[in-house]
Amino acid sequence: MYRYSDFDAAFVAERNKQFRAQVDRRIAGNLTEDEFKPLRLMNGLYLQLHAYMLRVAIPYGTLRSAQMRQLAYIAEKWDRGYGHFTTRQNIQYNWPKLKDVPDILDALAEVEMHAIQTSGNTIRNVTADHFAGAAADEIADPRPVAELLRQWSTDHPEFQFLPRKFKIAITGSPNDRAVTKAHDIGLRMVEQNGEPGFEVIVGGGLGRTPMIGKVVRDFLPKADLLPYIEAVVSVWNTLGRRDNKYKSRIKITVHENGIENIRELVEARFAELRPGFSGVDQEILRDIEAQFAPPAFTARDTDGFTAFYDNDPVFRSWVDTNITDHKRADHAIVTVSLKKQGDTPGDASADQMRLLADLAEKYGYDELRISHEQNVILPHVPRADLPAVHAALKAYGLATANIGLISDIIACPGMDYCALATARSIPVAQQIATRFDELKLEHDIGALKIKISGCINACGHHHVGHIGILGLDRAGVENYQITLGGDGTETASVGERAGPGFAYDEIVPAIERLIYAYLDVRDSSEETFLETYRRLGMAPFKAALYPEAAEKHAA
Amino acid sequence: MPRAFTPKVITASDLLEGDVIYLTEDDTWSRHLTEAEVIDDEAHAQIRLLDAQSQPDRIVGAYLADVTIGANGPEPAHFREAFRATGPSNYNHGKQELAG
Repeated sequence: MYRYSDFDAAFVAERNKQFRAQVDRRIAGNLTEDEFKPLRLMNGLYLQLHAYMLRVAIPYGTLRSAQMRQLAYIAEKWDRGYGHFTTRQNIQYNWPKLKDVPDILDALAEVEMHAIQTSGNTIRNVTADHFAGAAADEIADPRPVAELLRQWSTDHPEFQFLPRKFKIAITGSPNDRAVTKAHDIGLRMVEQNGEPGFEVIVGGGLGRTPMIGKVVRDFLPKADLLPYIEAVVSVWNTLGRRDNKYKSRIKITVHENGIENIRELVEARFAELRPGFSGVDQEILRDIEAQFAPPAFTARDTDGFTAFYDNDPVFRSWVDTNITDHKRADHAIVTVSLKKQGDTPGDASADQMRLLADLAEKYGYDELRISHEQNVILPHVPRADLPAVHAALKAYGLATANIGLISDIIACPGMDYCALATARSIPVAQQIATRFDELKLEHDIGALKIKISGCINACGHHHVGHIGILGLDRAGVENYQITLGGDGTETASVGERAGPGFAYDEIVPAIERLIYAYLDVRDSSEETFLETYRRLGMAPFKAALYPEAAEKHAA
Repeated sequence: MPRAFTPKVITASDLLEGDVIYLTEDDTWSRHLTEAEVIDDEAHAQIRLLDAQSQPDRIVGAYLADVTIGANGPEPAHFREAFRATGPSNYNHGKQELAG
């Protein structure tokens, strides 16, 4: 795993020192809030509904046990004993005090972490497939490239005052678990004639104008990555609209100018930039790649696992739901659910974080991942150790067998925390999860992604939920719109609005009607909700959601 | 015809703590909405907002928020202000915690 160079450490220390002085000046009254705000945002510090919020980057979602332990320590020492993992592989602390933030940043630096560029109109934390380096379907580990992008984008002088924020995601697998088509730039590692490279997708995004990204270059040789990405950001930095923040993201630039024009401009800019890249970046990349060498896997017998699997139904259910194939047959990828029914999606207590760190250290080659779906992953666990891992997780409320099921809901913080929100999302997620757990229908329903956002900005990815829920303020009352048929994977699509929204106390019953309609019309238990929707379209679901309208129509 | 002025309070975030505070009649800041000065007049509202904004080393982001008048004084008119006056719904944190 990547370790900070002396340069990285000195850079972060210097930034922390600067920010400490900026906080002092703000508290002393020497900086106004207007002056201070861009400085705090550069360091991930927001002011929300009830308190400050500090957003800490977890680059490409990768953590060592020592880092996870430090996150737990920070949660206990300076916050309320928990942290919230987000859809962009960050962790948010919801209750820090202004004067403590410099100390928190220093504590993060001790374990080679920071909050730089987790906000503001900059290139944000680069996200990656959370199964990177472990997945059986992977062409190559995307994280060295993500780390290279982190180093390149951090404090990049040309890109500190972009038209708006800029988000990059990367995957090394054909199965897209990183939502690359809904990012400003999505990178898919591909091979052409044995040569490694990338498919470059631009102009995807969610928010008030959801767009699926378009391929701007179908094969970019690996060595051309930085100049090409620099060309894309540079073209957008020039063309991107600064007059209207709702039209400023690259998705609008691509939409307004057309992908062909953008491609021409990017290629022209790339031709200018490419000669400046002498190969130093590739030397740096080789150093980084060496640090991401796979752990020294120990070959293990799986007989004990098999016996346990055959005899313990609770363990079997957890394995069937939360375990993914590892590139080695004697190992497995464990997704630990932070979605216990009724709990807040993505929250982990300090005790839970410490347990996860201990398990990573003891059974998982010291590696942890955070997924954009707000769960924690132990990417390399010998199958023989799965029973022990399961038992330990169970003791801390972390053994919920629901990955990919109806209660594995993405939810943004919504109006319980966020100053931008127009409605709550967390309690809606809690109630849906609790309801279907009571009905004991979760496993029967099967693969289903519900994603909830508490405002149009779509941090909860509702547009790409099989069922998306968007919370709005309609005449001073919370109102929830449902979209259907969204998909965030390699077959990405934006969900379609089903019709008028539902009041806060109507949304869970509406989802229940929707699910019963699906169970009625699916052609077998093998056909997923999304497949059924794609086969039958909106009609049967609309009829279930709006029975009165359906009756009227029939009469 | 201009819309009739509805009762308002001035609210902001505390600079150091980041929590919700309300401007009182005697120019202090309270953590309790019930202690906020209720403003019934547009011109007075603008003056009080200026008073609040002139304390940048104490508060952040002062604005006027609509209230209704209940038995114990001002109450939030909109659910956003109700959440600010209470705390998040998923944990007993924020103001509801102080209320016991």
